[in-house]
Amino acid sequence: MGNNKEQLLRDIGIVDFVLTELTLYLDTHPFDRNAMEYFNHYNRIKHQMEKEFSMKYFPLNTSMAESNKEWRWGMAPLPWEGVCG
Amino acid sequence: MWSYERRLQFPVNIKEPNAKLAQVIISQFGGPDGELSASMRYLSQRYSMPYKEVAGLLTDIGTEELAHMEMVSAIVHQLTRNLSMEEIEKSGFATYYVDHTLGVWPTAAAGIPFNACEFQVKGDPITDLTEDLAAEQKARSTYDNILRLIKEPDVCEPIKFLREREIVHFQRFGEALRMTQDRLDSKNFYAFNPAFDKCKDCDDKPDCGCKN
Repeated sequence: MGNNKEQLLRDIGIVDFVLTELTLYLDTHPFDRNAMEYFNHYNRIKHQMEKEFSMKYFPLNTSMAESNKEWRWGMAPLPWEGVCG
Repeated sequence: MWSYERRLQFPVNIKEPNAKLAQVIISQFGGPDGELSASMRYLSQRYSMPYKEVAGLLTDIGTEELAHMEMVSAIVHQLTRNLSMEEIEKSGFATYYVDHTLGVWPTAAAGIPFNACEFQVKGDPITDLTEDLAAEQKARSTYDNILRLIKEPDVCEPIKFLREREIVHFQRFGEALRMTQDRLDSKNFYAFNPAFDKCKDCDDKPDCGCKN
């Protein structure tokens, strides 16, 4: 999955969508073991992908924003500008 | 507590500005059935929700609504970005422009500003969850109305995504209402308000569902 910036960001959005759906589902089905297995599986994948993206391009959240020369979080693109902007 | 993810929940990449569309879509930011109203409704209702599973659902859906508010704002921003004076005058955008230039401000399409009276926190779980179910359907209808007005695929795709989320949230709130009713008196769900009253069975039924 993901060999460039836009593709990897899109893939993160897809995996995160799975997690959003599972979170809401589990809120009302808190004993569904299959759903919990799915959640755990995709949650691990999402963490790996976010880490990869944040190291290669820009930090997606402040927990991945450790910086040396410049404040990477502050220099990251603004999501509402889109890629056509 | 919240933390920010520096990405949109679903991509918004609009090529051509279009102030006419922006004026309609802005209703899903600051209009009566918009995303600002949705997020504030659920996040405010949490405190008087006596059942933690349901309060947790209000938190998670309220949080997702903040992400939707950001998407709608991004659509409005990208549709009004780089507008010329000629386009502003021609598209009927001048009445918005005069007060907000090209900033994104919460208002309904017809110019009524955002107001907390667009949602309710009644402090009664059945009342609040029933409002939430209606709110999801009203937002879904609004997105249906928007989709009849627009054809541009780069605008339609994120709007379709948002419309689908209303349906999922409606489903989850239906389950939350059932979970609430399961904790109440099956012969009369309205015997008391579990966020306020104490019921007469409290002493012998510690999990009777009431506040006590």
